Amino acid sequence: MDKPPLDPMEQRKRIITSRNRVLALVLFGLVALFFAISIAKMS
Amino acid sequence: MSSATAQPIPLPADWRDFLSLTKPRVMSLVVFTGLCGLLAAPVSIDPIIGFVAILCIAVGAGGSAALNQWWEADLDAKMKRTAARPLPAGRMERTSARDFGVALSVGSVLTMGLAVGWLAAAILAFSIFYYAVIYTIWLKPRTPQNIVIGGGAGAFPPMIGWIAATGEVTLMPVLLFAIIFFWTPPHFWALALFVETDYAKAGIPMMPVVAGHESTRRQILVYAVLMLPISTVPFWLGVAGWLYGASALLLSALFLILSLRVAVFRGGAEDSDMRPEKRLFAYSVFYLFALFAMLVADRYLVG
Repeated sequence: MDKPPLDPMEQRKRIITSRNRVLALVLFGLVALFFAISIAKMS
Repeated sequence: MSSATAQPIPLPADWRDFLSLTKPRVMSLVVFTGLCGLLAAPVSIDPIIGFVAILCIAVGAGGSAALNQWWEADLDAKMKRTAARPLPAGRMERTSARDFGVALSVGSVLTMGLAVGWLAAAILAFSIFYYAVIYTIWLKPRTPQNIVIGGGAGAFPPMIGWIAATGEVTLMPVLLFAIIFFWTPPHFWALALFVETDYAKAGIPMMPVVAGHESTRRQILVYAVLMLPISTVPFWLGVAGWLYGASALLLSALFLILSLRVAVFRGGAEDSDMRPEKRLFAYSVFYLFALFAMLVADRYLVG
């Protein structure tokens, strides 16, 4: 059975939450990347 | 104001919309050719620095693709193939796409400069400028030769990969540039022949729209003929081994045969639904993947 469509406010909240999660992942990835670059440059 | 006349507030763009702005499918070819340039270089590079170089090439390509979609949002809305993109479909504000593109472009160039080298970073910056400004803004809406000159934008990744590894511009990265530069027109014109109505609707002066099918087919053949010597030059000059030389010869000969089918031997029943053009387009993608894979295989197997 199909799920009932979300109301716009609920959909907005979901999109913003998933965007924030992806942004946090990207920022964490950048921190890890620059840490790895520093190690590689030092060795 | 009554609720019946109030405009619904548009939903914010999903992260997938931002991802699709970077044209991930095009990016896969960019990453592959960049990686091949890096691996085919006759020096070894720290794997982390190598990874960063490829990441920067990919992110830079994504940034220039976002800028391309920001500028072409109105044109994209007129073409069936591109109407569902985030901007023409109204899922994203134009300024968001522009800012996203600028952030990716600046971030990738700075990271390339700091982590890998400023020569590679400078060429990456120029390639982004070339695609976003010289090709998208200047040439594409003005001349049917847009693909020929714009092909330079896609030809930079293997050059950047090679220079990221070696730190200098030599003959081989220039040859890698030339291979993609001459491969681009027949690849795109084969596509343009079977999606011509889309380009015509959007008013983009693609070769089949402006010069007609006959002329486009002739020019596809000219470039296919040129591909044969150009792709084998690294072997004749001794910068690539026999494995690459034999593969380039075979792959380019098949490219030529399929182009002949598009340009000369026409008139069969399958020609009406553009099957030879679709076959050439599909093969041209395989051709580039196979040619660059053979370049890397040659470096590690033949030496």
